Amino acid sequence: MTSATARVSRTGNSAAKPSKNAKSRERAMAWARRAPLLPALIFLIIVTQLPFVVSLFISFLNWNSLRPDQTGFAGFSNYIEVLTNADLRQAIFTTIVLTVSVVLASLVIGLGLALLLDKKFIGRGLARTLLIAPFLVVPVAAALVWKHALLNPTYGLINGILTWIWSLFGSDTPPQPDLLSQAPLMAVILSLVWQWTPFMMLILLAGLQSRPMDTVEAAQMDGASPWNIFTHLTLPHLRQYLELGGLLGAIYIVQNFDAVFTLTSGGLGTANLPYAVYQTFYFANEYGLASAAGVVVVIGTIIVATFALRTVFSLFKKEAAR
Amino acid sequence: MSALTPAAPRNTPRNTPRNTRHRPTARNTGSRRRGKSRMDPTRNNTAAGVAAWILALLFAAPVLWMILTSFHSEVDAATNPPSLAADITLDAYQEFFGASSGVSPWPPPINSATASICSTVLVLVLAIPAAYALSIRPVKKWTDVMFFFLSTKMMPVVAAILPLFLFAKMAGALDNIWFLVLMYTSMNLPIAVWMMRSFLAEVPVEMLEASQIDGAGLLLTLRKIVAPVAMPGIAATALICFIFSWNELLLARVLTGVMAGTAPVFLTGFVSSQGLFLAKVCAAAVVISLPVLFAGFAAQDKLVQGLSLGAVK
Repeated sequence: MTSATARVSRTGNSAAKPSKNAKSRERAMAWARRAPLLPALIFLIIVTQLPFVVSLFISFLNWNSLRPDQTGFAGFSNYIEVLTNADLRQAIFTTIVLTVSVVLASLVIGLGLALLLDKKFIGRGLARTLLIAPFLVVPVAAALVWKHALLNPTYGLINGILTWIWSLFGSDTPPQPDLLSQAPLMAVILSLVWQWTPFMMLILLAGLQSRPMDTVEAAQMDGASPWNIFTHLTLPHLRQYLELGGLLGAIYIVQNFDAVFTLTSGGLGTANLPYAVYQTFYFANEYGLASAAGVVVVIGTIIVATFALRTVFSLFKKEAAR
Repeated sequence: MSALTPAAPRNTPRNTPRNTRHRPTARNTGSRRRGKSRMDPTRNNTAAGVAAWILALLFAAPVLWMILTSFHSEVDAATNPPSLAADITLDAYQEFFGASSGVSPWPPPINSATASICSTVLVLVLAIPAAYALSIRPVKKWTDVMFFFLSTKMMPVVAAILPLFLFAKMAGALDNIWFLVLMYTSMNLPIAVWMMRSFLAEVPVEMLEASQIDGAGLLLTLRKIVAPVAMPGIAATALICFIFSWNELLLARVLTGVMAGTAPVFLTGFVSSQGLFLAKVCAAAVVISLPVLFAGFAAQDKLVQGLSLGAVK
């Protein structure tokens, strides 16, 4: 791709003699190439980078909009507060637990589903469509359905089914767990795993279907067992797809706000960092502290993103080199 | 998805270099794609099919239950055990559309549509030229530019939301849908640039060169050679940007209020509802999810490519 376009431009330039005129024309051509890029680039810098720089600045301020007279430079005290305040420390912990468990669970289930969908069976297209459905419900709507229609302890579907199963065996004392108040983080994790498994499944399915089948066939000829083929051929091939799915998923789930907000409103230890930041500036008006917490989220994301970028880059290089 | 349709040679053989792509291999010539299904045609697949169908129904159950409940009366919706076969009624939808309260349900979805459609158009206007400058006539160090775009996507919204909120407050842009349009544009622009680049990279270079030699102008080249290849990609990019904007909650919650509140903000009104409201909440969830479901199924074939930022095809 690149070499071919370079060839085009070289043939275009060769006619010009190396003079001052040609040099300025070359520069004009370089700018002509850059021109289509600039609007997007400038727009993005203004709307995303600039606010972050302001956030960084505010994070070093002592600033509560309810007490404007006490505004001043705070040094690192906001950061110390983020790391020592019990609520915010809990939010960091919750964010890690939430992200890791949702990503791992949805990757494992997604892999299982992808392996099943890789086989031919009746109604495969429809089954695949049904499996994608959770990802195509507005997240707030999905969280509301989980909260009210599925997990509600008195009339939710899950407890309703438990009642029904128990009544089949003549029992009228079925277990009626109340996940939302007994294990609220579990409820959030459950709904997010449900929502993100299709995403992992789609990426892994694409990975499975890009497998070079000739090696698999050769291995089958040589009598390799399905398990051996899976561990020695399929998994190594899927590695970068697993990494990509996991890391992209992690980036989205670290930032999750909808499910926490809707299912538990951040109560009972389920507030993750995005929710805590929202609460700190929107309700507590602690602008300095909220900004510091936001910067901590960025640092966490950068750690994940460095790995994500590397994975995306390796896939990207492969594709660009074609 | 290309991978599900075996007749798409462009995307499937990712690991074969370009010049060997059309070499007849076992995959391209064999009548069946899967060696396994040829050797073991029935047993494995029936079991896999049954398992896949059970899991598919399990995963779709909450969605199906949501739809079914939305057609039940409030009393039937809140029973334990569930009343699957209760009478079907449109009460909840009539209620959602303001039958008894007289409150029009339209402002939030209209706000959402405005924000999603306008931001998507703006994204495309910015992203397509940028993608052109990153693939067809690439600038120097175009990979660095690509990764700059991507890195902005990795910055969480919470890290920038306070300055944006303060700016909106100062500029009087709070509760203004057009400010939200700008926010959604910046949110989706990196994704769109990555997607569009991967679609434009599929434009055959040989044909571009040929048209240049034939003296075709830029516009003609764009219309005759780039557009036919890029159009499905543009459509998929637009649909995915639309979905992300339509779904967004945090920015909308902070930056809008009574006037410009979007559909997800409207839905949060049900968060702590009490009493008989289950059918109504499901009806609202169905109505507000419909555009996303349609857009998602329309973009199904390109969904993976979009969600993986073009890294997976």
